[in-house]
Amino acid sequence: MPGKLKVKIVAGRHLPVMDRASDLTDAFVEVKFGNTTFKTDVYLKSLNPQWNSEWFKFEVDDEDLQDEPLQITVLDHDTYSANDAIGKVYIDIDPLLYSEAATVISGWFPIYDTIHGIRGEINVVVKVDLFNDLNRFRQSSCGVKFFCTTSIPKCYRAVIIHGFVEELVVNEDPEYQWIDRIRTPRASNEARQRLISLMSGELQRKIGLKVLEMRGNAVVGYLQCFDLEGESGLVVRAIGTACTLDKLSSPAAFLPACNSPSKEMKEIPFNEDPNPNTHSSGPSTPLKNQTYSFSPSKSYSRQSSSSDTDLSLTPKTAPYPQGPRIYLCPSSPSLSCGSLHLKKSCLLLSESSLIPHHSSLVSPVLRKSVSFSEELFLAASGMGSGSAGKEGGPFKALLRQQTQSALEQREFPFFTLTAFPPGFLVHVGGVVSARSVKLLDRIHNPDEPETRDAWWAEIRQEIKSHAKALGCHAVVGYSESTSICEEVCILSASGTAAVLNPRFLQDGTVEGCLEQRLEENLPTRCGFCHIPYDELNMPFPAHLTYCYNCRKQKVPDVLFTTIDLPTDATVIGKGCLIQARLCRLKKKAQAEANATAISNLLPFMEYEVHTQLMNKLKLKGMNALFGLRIQITVGENMLMGLASATGVYLAALPTPGGIQIAGKTPNDGSYEQHISHMQKKINDTIAKNKELYEINPPEISEEIIGSPIPEPRQRSRLLRSQSESSDEVTELDLSHGKKDAFVLEIDDTDAMEDVHSLLTDVPPPSGFYSCNTEIMPGINNWTSEIQMFTSVRVIRLSSLNLTNQALNKNFNDLCENLLKSLYFKLRSMIPCCLCHVNFTVSLPEDELIQVTVTAVAITFDKNQALQTTKTHVEKSLQRASTDNEELLQFPLELCSDSLPSHPLPPAKEHLESASSNSGIPAAQRATSVDYSSFADRCSSWIELIKLKAQTIRRGSIKTTVTVEKASPVGDGNFRNRSAPPCANSTVGVVKMTPLSFIPGAKITKYLGIINMFFIRETTSLREEGGVSGFLHAFIAEVFAMVRAHVAALGGNAVVSYIMKQCVFMENPNKNQAQCLINVSGDAVVFVRESDLEVVSTQQPTANCQSSCTEGEVTT
Amino acid sequence: MTSELDIFVGNTTLIDEDMYRLWLDGYLVTNAVALRVRSGILEQMGSTAAVLQSDTMDRYRTFHMLERLLHAPPKLLHQLIFQILPSRQALLIERYYAFDEAFVREVLGKKLSKGTKKDLDDISTITGITLKSCRRQFDNFKRVFKVVEEMRGSLVDNIQQHFLLSDQLARDYAAIVFFANNRFETGKKKLQYLSFGDFAFSAELMIQNWTLGAVDSQMDDMHMDLDKEFLQDLKELKLLVADKDLLDLHKSLVCTALWGKLGVFSEMKANFKNLSRGLVNVATKLTHNKDVRDLFRRAVLPKSVFSVCPLPRWLPTPGPLGPLHGHPPWLPPAPLS
Repeated sequence: MPGKLKVKIVAGRHLPVMDRASDLTDAFVEVKFGNTTFKTDVYLKSLNPQWNSEWFKFEVDDEDLQDEPLQITVLDHDTYSANDAIGKVYIDIDPLLYSEAATVISGWFPIYDTIHGIRGEINVVVKVDLFNDLNRFRQSSCGVKFFCTTSIPKCYRAVIIHGFVEELVVNEDPEYQWIDRIRTPRASNEARQRLISLMSGELQRKIGLKVLEMRGNAVVGYLQCFDLEGESGLVVRAIGTACTLDKLSSPAAFLPACNSPSKEMKEIPFNEDPNPNTHSSGPSTPLKNQTYSFSPSKSYSRQSSSSDTDLSLTPKTAPYPQGPRIYLCPSSPSLSCGSLHLKKSCLLLSESSLIPHHSSLVSPVLRKSVSFSEELFLAASGMGSGSAGKEGGPFKALLRQQTQSALEQREFPFFTLTAFPPGFLVHVGGVVSARSVKLLDRIHNPDEPETRDAWWAEIRQEIKSHAKALGCHAVVGYSESTSICEEVCILSASGTAAVLNPRFLQDGTVEGCLEQRLEENLPTRCGFCHIPYDELNMPFPAHLTYCYNCRKQKVPDVLFTTIDLPTDATVIGKGCLIQARLCRLKKKAQAEANATAISNLLPFMEYEVHTQLMNKLKLKGMNALFGLRIQITVGENMLMGLASATGVYLAALPTPGGIQIAGKTPNDGSYEQHISHMQKKINDTIAKNKELYEINPPEISEEIIGSPIPEPRQRSRLLRSQSESSDEVTELDLSHGKKDAFVLEIDDTDAMEDVHSLLTDVPPPSGFYSCNTEIMPGINNWTSEIQMFTSVRVIRLSSLNLTNQALNKNFNDLCENLLKSLYFKLRSMIPCCLCHVNFTVSLPEDELIQVTVTAVAITFDKNQALQTTKTHVEKSLQRASTDNEELLQFPLELCSDSLPSHPLPPAKEHLESASSNSGIPAAQRATSVDYSSFADRCSSWIELIKLKAQTIRRGSIKTTVTVEKASPVGDGNFRNRSAPPCANSTVGVVKMTPLSFIPGAKITKYLGIINMFFIRETTSLREEGGVSGFLHAFIAEVFAMVRAHVAALGGNAVVSYIMKQCVFMENPNKNQAQCLINVSGDAVVFVRESDLEVVSTQQPTANCQSSCTEGEVTT
Repeated sequence: MTSELDIFVGNTTLIDEDMYRLWLDGYLVTNAVALRVRSGILEQMGSTAAVLQSDTMDRYRTFHMLERLLHAPPKLLHQLIFQILPSRQALLIERYYAFDEAFVREVLGKKLSKGTKKDLDDISTITGITLKSCRRQFDNFKRVFKVVEEMRGSLVDNIQQHFLLSDQLARDYAAIVFFANNRFETGKKKLQYLSFGDFAFSAELMIQNWTLGAVDSQMDDMHMDLDKEFLQDLKELKLLVADKDLLDLHKSLVCTALWGKLGVFSEMKANFKNLSRGLVNVATKLTHNKDVRDLFRRAVLPKSVFSVCPLPRWLPTPGPLGPLHGHPPWLPPAPLS
């Protein structure tokens, strides 16, 4: 079904001088879509041209509309030689194809050149007329909505969550084509940008088609990534969760609450029983065991023919291209000690834990023996077919079976969501992950990307089987990533095995479950912690206890997940960011040898990362990790592992035991002393952390909890009890104990350093908290001040100190210093929390380590922990206004110049009249023209908002007067004096946040996905301020372009913003550098809750919000 | 381990006022770090010097990138690259265009040319203001001068419109531009005791009353050049001294006008004849450019207390009796701690 795309070029401003002689520019514009190009007239001799063109009309297929970007090129006309390009703007018109998103794209776009950066701005208006509205969603995937947000978007309700969608497209990378040798860097960069834009359009369309096939209408948690495979090509892949969403139009959406998303979640009306069978006396249908039987990990059994047990899943010298699957089972009781043919394999770990007197037999590879019950790297011990356990058994089985029916048709029951509607998540098993090392080869036929598809299919299959082994049918919080170095590529996937409530997964459940509504009070707040697997036949050794909350079900002692903290979970105290950092040197090698070396290293890395996480978690006195993300990066001569997660204390889980240090040589007196000193330090740290994060769980006597589940005998050898009830520490009593003490064995200096490094992590300064999840557990009184930022650091290692220890230290310092810097920089926002802290590590060169952090700092109100929303909002307003930042709060105010009630300072009126009379720059004239053109569109509602904003602002000035007077010298009048120039500001504030919500505000509309890819290159690195200057400017430009696109769509914020890629390459000798950045997010319109109250009482019109924000943009 | 690259980019560009001041004052990164260490900021935050160094470098880089935009303040408002809150934008502009009293006294009335720019290192030595800061201030003067030089209409308004300065700062710039244009001599020893405020006050009155624009505000002209005709006409003032009746009339008018407004009224009344003669002497000789340039030196030399303004109002300018107008020397606002 065709459509008509209409484009109008209005004006330009701040153009660069292209003609040195006149210091002016003769600019014109080329508008290109597909193969059609239109041109505007040349606007002679101006840096602020007013083209005011006619409407350029493109009649195109909707397939093209989805794939192609609109390309606008600004050029300088030259009579004698070729016209010089000033720069380009790519506009993704996809948002115009949804029925309810933006209707027009209109605004100032930065003109971007890959060599010079932003060079002025251009004002463009874009519209789309789609023919035949009735058939709109049928033939193409136009109309399928995409969201980066990994939860159900705030103003929608999930009717059905269909499941996993994935797609990938490949192409040759233009940078590596033969033609690149003869064309300019600019042409090459532009070819790349354009190609990627095309590919992501195509990818989105294809995913949309899949969604339509599943009868969904939206993709949530859409994650699109680029793999720059160099010679072998360019892969664009995407995953997401198909859903059927319903727009919430009820006034419930206007509830002015929701400073924490938890409240918002509750607005989603749900009318089905999340646990439909909890009350049923017994399964009425016989258990279908056969649905559950599966061969333990068939995916690896294929390649483990040489192994003598079914446990030989550990990396063999993996034949390329089938890299190893990483299965680690450090202390599985069911392991037999086979697989000794792998002398370095991680099976040694399990071996050591199995052999009695392990301390004497510890292999040199393994310096610490740890027992942990959390399942991170799933062992493939046979999980019994769905046989019923004791109490939870029948229910679980039934639930499984039910869910099964919904999930079994699906190839991959994966969900990219990290937060769910209440009741959706029934149980959480633990983290499942899989990695595979591949050698890249040239993609011969771009139309048949079979190899890449096959690679991912393999990994997904494995994840699926891991989940099954955990007694789970689904994987939530699922994500995929790659790390590429030369021709080696590590593919990684991870997620959280979970049991889901089937009600969201099936069609037609809405009516069917209505009657069960009464039962829905059942979901306990601890339900998700309960183990989904069969406790008698556990897939791995876990230390189970009865749930500390309900006392009915079993829970593990530690829980690791990749999802956000469920909103209904009971948490004690606050959470904190926990990171494990690790480097491993690797010999430089080629191709297969390299792949093998990496494969051999991976399990050790995984194991150590996990150990570190566990140790740090215990050190913090916490028992669960959320948002776990483990990134393994491969470089020429090293591997880096970085795991980030948010630690919390779940009330349902048992209190974590302490960490105990054991020395190797007990006879040495001074050594002993040293050990005890360390032990004391660790204990102190734990105590301090408990205080810091306010972890003070209620004491529970043992009788209530009941006896622990009998443990496998082998395990107990590792455990040392640390009885807290009695003073006497029975150090060698290994037989029992309710708490799982953690033993660190110090047998050489390395281990010593490891312990030291545990203690060197300094907590953030007071007033600061940090987490990598959406919200910080334990803080719920956010104020509206947010600051999103990206920080990049690159360090050069001196080649002298290249030992694992030195590397680890360097890397650790790098991350710690980076965090310290962030705290220092944002100190003006205290008390505040860094949320969604996202670290990315890359190894651009031999001795370079690059760490990129994106996060958002949100202030919160320390004093009023619990107060009503209303007073809270007022408080926050006052706060912000004393900070002179009321304009950030009320972006609408920026367009309020013409308001009669505005108390204009005389100077300003004077200024304005002066500027309208005399020769003002054309840009200013242009904007005033624009203003008038949209002004009539603005309804009285906006005026209302503006008035509101005004009154608040006036109020705020009053409150700040005293402050100003107190300040010395001339500052007293400063603000009033400076009011005229700043009120003239034309740029609306666009907020950016990696979170899915904006504190203190309500998202009223999703305008579409923002997915942008930029390349910037320079051949005058020194002149641009060196690498720092270059990258700083580029990132600022990327932000600017994102903001401009959002503003043009009529939005005022980007949520779920993510910088997916930041590839930086430099060549200081040639004075050159190049950087590629890929960002995405959801453009939204939000309204402050304080404004909302007025609106909802007086004029609850939804559609004028968009026009209002447009106004703001074009003012 | 060395840091190759270290950047921090916020969606909203944060402006640290203290850092901005240090940068404007022309401190090098190392000096700025040292100053900040001394301020005790590290103890407050439990931070390290390395963090401070990185923060300082980063802020300086941001300011450096903003500097280009600050050269044309309206651009700062319209640009999209840095999202800066309007209040912060105003602060950036105001502080950037602020100048030091000591510096402005050195260059006031000098031609804003390359030659003067070469003398900046001397000025830097004399005033103790860093050369970098001197350059910025000088370039600001020159930039404002260049933009408004050929413009019509009110000088202050033009400056305010093109540089978005506060009213007071725009007036000060008007004075600077006016002095530079007319090259009034202000550097002589005898004039040393006069502050910039004193000169700025005179300049404002002269712009209001002595320039072409003052005569007829409808006329398309400049507020920068003195009205030559008017200066010629001043010759006629001889009468005020020569004619006894006129002298008396003049005296009575002045006394009526200033009654109760002057601390030194009685001295003025007693010495009126001498004062008047001195002033008229100055006034009648303003026909040559050189004399005009020397106006202030000569106006002070003959112990004349007031310069005279011939048009409707008789207003005093500061003289040896001390500044009559309570204009405080314009100081840049102190940093907020």
